[in-house]
Amino acid sequence: MWPPISMESPMTDASTVFDAWWGWPPPVLDPAGPYAESVTVLAWALFAMGAIVTAIVAAALFVAVAGPPRWKARLGGEHTVWIMGIAFPAVVLTGLLVWGLSLTASLTDPITGREPRIRVTAHMWWWDIEYLDAAGRVVRRDANELHLPVGQPVVLELKSADVIHSFWVPNLSGKEDMIPGRTNLLKVQADRPGRFGGICAEYCGGPHALMGFVAVAHPVAEFERWLSGTKVGAGPAVAQDVPGTVPAVTRRTPTAVDAAPQVGARDGQALFLANGCAACHRIAGTPANGLSGPDLTHLAGRLTLSGGILPNNRGTLQGWIADAQSIKPGNRMPSYDNLSAEDVAAIALWLETPR
Amino acid sequence: MSETGFDHALYERFPTKGPRPEGELEELKRIWCAPKGWQLLTAVNNNYIGIYYIGTAFLFFVLAGVLSLGMRIQLAAPMQDFLPQETYNQFFTMHGTVMMFLFAVPMVEAIGVLLLPQMLAARDLPFPRLSAYAFWAYFVGGLLFFCSLFVGLAPDGGWFMYPPLTSLAYSPGINTDFWLLGIGFIEISAIAGAIEIIVGVLRTRAPGMTLDRMPVFAWAMLVFAVMIVIAFPSVILGTLLLEFERAFNWPFFDPTRGGDPLLWQHLFWFFGHPEVYIIFLPAAGLMSMMVSTIARTELVGYRLNVLAIIATGFISFGVWAHHMFATGMPRVSTGYFSAASMAVSLPAGIQVFCWIATLASGRIRWSVPALFVVGGLLVFVMGGLTGVMVGMVPFDWQAHDTYFIVAHLHYVLIGGMVLPMFGAFYHWFGMTSAKPLSERWGRWAFWLMFTGIHLTFMPMHLAGLMGMPRRIYTYLPERGLELLNLISTVGAFVIAAGVLIFSVDLVRKFRFEPDEGAGNLYGGGTLEWLPTGLYSTRSIPLVRSRDPLWDDPNLAKDVEEGRYFLPGSATGLRETLITSLLNAEPQYLQIMPGPSPWPLAAAVGTALHFLALTVQAYSFSLACGIVAVVCVLRWLWETDRPHRLREADVGGGIILPIAVTGPSSHSWWALNTLMVVMGMIALMTMFSYLYLYGIHPEVWIAPPPLGETALVATLAATAFALAWSSRRMLSRSEPGVFPGQGPWLLAAASAAALVASSSIDWTGWRAAGLDPAATGQGATVFALIAFQSATAGIAVIMALYLGYRSGRGLLSGPVNVTLDVVTRFIGYVAVQGLVTGLLPRLFTGA
Repeated sequence: MWPPISMESPMTDASTVFDAWWGWPPPVLDPAGPYAESVTVLAWALFAMGAIVTAIVAAALFVAVAGPPRWKARLGGEHTVWIMGIAFPAVVLTGLLVWGLSLTASLTDPITGREPRIRVTAHMWWWDIEYLDAAGRVVRRDANELHLPVGQPVVLELKSADVIHSFWVPNLSGKEDMIPGRTNLLKVQADRPGRFGGICAEYCGGPHALMGFVAVAHPVAEFERWLSGTKVGAGPAVAQDVPGTVPAVTRRTPTAVDAAPQVGARDGQALFLANGCAACHRIAGTPANGLSGPDLTHLAGRLTLSGGILPNNRGTLQGWIADAQSIKPGNRMPSYDNLSAEDVAAIALWLETPR
Repeated sequence: MSETGFDHALYERFPTKGPRPEGELEELKRIWCAPKGWQLLTAVNNNYIGIYYIGTAFLFFVLAGVLSLGMRIQLAAPMQDFLPQETYNQFFTMHGTVMMFLFAVPMVEAIGVLLLPQMLAARDLPFPRLSAYAFWAYFVGGLLFFCSLFVGLAPDGGWFMYPPLTSLAYSPGINTDFWLLGIGFIEISAIAGAIEIIVGVLRTRAPGMTLDRMPVFAWAMLVFAVMIVIAFPSVILGTLLLEFERAFNWPFFDPTRGGDPLLWQHLFWFFGHPEVYIIFLPAAGLMSMMVSTIARTELVGYRLNVLAIIATGFISFGVWAHHMFATGMPRVSTGYFSAASMAVSLPAGIQVFCWIATLASGRIRWSVPALFVVGGLLVFVMGGLTGVMVGMVPFDWQAHDTYFIVAHLHYVLIGGMVLPMFGAFYHWFGMTSAKPLSERWGRWAFWLMFTGIHLTFMPMHLAGLMGMPRRIYTYLPERGLELLNLISTVGAFVIAAGVLIFSVDLVRKFRFEPDEGAGNLYGGGTLEWLPTGLYSTRSIPLVRSRDPLWDDPNLAKDVEEGRYFLPGSATGLRETLITSLLNAEPQYLQIMPGPSPWPLAAAVGTALHFLALTVQAYSFSLACGIVAVVCVLRWLWETDRPHRLREADVGGGIILPIAVTGPSSHSWWALNTLMVVMGMIALMTMFSYLYLYGIHPEVWIAPPPLGETALVATLAATAFALAWSSRRMLSRSEPGVFPGQGPWLLAAASAAALVASSSIDWTGWRAAGLDPAATGQGATVFALIAFQSATAGIAVIMALYLGYRSGRGLLSGPVNVTLDVVTRFIGYVAVQGLVTGLLPRLFTGA
């Protein structure tokens, strides 16, 4: 129905791949996996039902107010209510209900326990993502980016660290709430590689509007490589406009930063620690071990920053460090506008080091 | 067949023959005349209160609409700065809250207050001072609540206020408290109105207006009011629990201490979904009345329509969890709630086709109300169909919390309530205004609104499918949402233009005139189109069919000449006829209170009490609370006075008693309705207790020892027995003889026993080691005791008031309404204490 999107590997050219995240076709109607697919079929059937019934009611209404007297007389009696107001909807609704219930049953088919598990914990306003092994140990911790193997069902353990959020990647499945004190399980499966937009669907205060993430589906082998920590390529290093994110004109990137001289990575680490960044952020293999903010170990490999709203490159990273509060007002990261452009550049450079 | 023993042959005496006595009409006018000048604020007559009420509700409609324009400007393009994030979050919270709580429910209630007495040919609603209180509480409380927006303190947690986002940890400001206390309090005013409407519809219909001849609007208002009485206690309880969590750290919704955030969602949506039908049903009732008038024929399928209204009321209480499909509910539950959601659309289908069949069977006269009716019907059907879509669980998982839902709910509410309301404004305008509204301007208003609605909300369906969640203050560019949102913004201003045209015309044409309005502009056939004054109709007609004006061309003349019931005042006071439940046979004459400043003062006191609580001015709050209670007692003081006459001629030589107690009295019905409200609060509190027990039994500890349980129960049972013996003692006294101080002392002892029972309950649980701030068990158990203690406190106040009346010699046997109400209330509280006291003792620790 929709033009196929070519995408052998999601890690190729960013500018073409990003187009598939959002927009047309509507992701709800552009399924990338079995769970979304059956709902898409149902959705089209429901739209057809809606259009047909609206047409019938509109036609009946037209006859009632402006039709020929003979037709009006036929319509004007209690039998109309019995046929069109009771029998007809009862038949349509019963049919829909049977379909809906059986579909619900198939969409909530039991979890075997053998599926790979990923724990997604929502925080105000970012996503903590932990890949678990068969024993339930965390093998990789990441943020705001969910990597999935193509063609395999994966079980997501949905949790919340603070308020109620809702996990939603429309291309992959319907949404499921993330409720403090509970763990909801959601089975998802991507049948084609690609990058799919995800967003928080339950109002969670403040910058709820800007709490997004990216789901990246890889061919299995590539996913295994990625999970085991092999470098699978960094995000684009040059500032460029990426569809579906904040455009350069509205970003408040300090202009001096771009001209800043290259500084050593060691300085970056010292500045990172000295300015208290480690109170919230963890970077494996360094003294930075804060857990209340996104894990920055694998920042270099991420596609986006700050919850799916900025493309990840040097300019945006520096801009985010210096002025996070203008980009995403109300979020928990302070604007480090007290730092010099050189210091910001040094921190960014160090963070960009692939680990 | 007679229901009450009333001889139906007496109906043959009407219309009466012969001239009416001189000066009778003048006396009626004098008795019912409105206060002048600033004293108009003390008016309690439904003509005045109804207009004040509608005007205020319309003001909130405009204000909430202005908020939506602000939001639409912000969303017209991506990443705009027109409304900063915090302001936008306050705007959407206030838009939803104001539209739901300060516009929609009050508006339909207000239309009921204005129309019902006239439609039923009652002189007024049965408790005029209660409606005045309900209105003023809403007016003062609503405006103060809205003003929180101007100081940046408006609530920002969404109209659904889900904790933990609204708990103290994540919403430390007083914004949330404004919502909890402001809305909780306005709900109380809605309940007061609902009690009034239930009793009004059931007991003050014109003689002969059997349930089967009642206008559809009255049926709709009856079901509406019953639904309020059942649904609103749930949200009142929810707001109380959340406020307790915020103020005293009682962890109802905190999962780390044995609470659960989903408990709020159950309490909220048990109210929140019926709320939609609470708004829709009265408007559907107006539609039925207007359709019949437009088509100039009786409504096709009257009984089916009434059945559909009742069925909607029933089923709507079984669908609340369809707002929670995405919370991870078990499959069985989603299946049940999905089926119920489908079922609730059936009665809507019945009503829609009743209207279409009626239009087809008559000769349509085109007018502005006709446009709004036909347009509203179409918009409502479209919203209903997207409702069927989201009733399907798998589709809802995708559509839930997106702009698809925003589109759906606006189609339903605008088509189901707003457009019919505008139609009704035009249709009934002649009843209260000397000049009619302009038909030409009306057509402009309609077409602008109708076009604007589709322009605004149709693109939102697609925006939702494209991944646009609700409640976002901005969105990112190049996600395909720019054009759709721009169209929606343009559409919103087109709707606003339509509303503006209507409003300007309203200001141009509205001249309040209850006596000689512009009249029956569209040729309606029901009783509100009889010639009326502030006293309603000159005489109360005998109703022989559903459209009496169409069926009896002489009715208006005969009524105006006083040839039916109660052509003047029998007692020289304001009065109305109380008729029987099913067949509306005349039963007794009720004396009604007149203008009074006390309901207004009590309402201001209540509003300030809650406002001061919000800003934590506790002593001022307490003072205002006391003022409010004293004002209520003061307004009651003048009521229930023994009258020199025990019975009166109500016309045609029919003699009826004045004031009775027991099941045939209208106060009996009002008190029973109040007991349902309180019972629902107790029931929902017990539900909260059981719900948390089901989820976190591990935090439960053992109850206090059995001996103490026996003591608590015995005291409650004793209270019941004392209340009952108080009634017995009064009923044995001689008519007209002062029964002594015994009855009230028994009532006071009974209330004291209740207080003792509650305090022993409280200390017992504390001694057993239960701490309200420690666990979900502690929070819910002490919530039960707190509710019981509060009602026991009210019982004490009532007993003391009874004692004061008794001391002033105002207690007379063998029946006295005040004593009847007080003792039955105390008896109820005793039973409630027994149940709520024993339940938590049945569940031992894990």
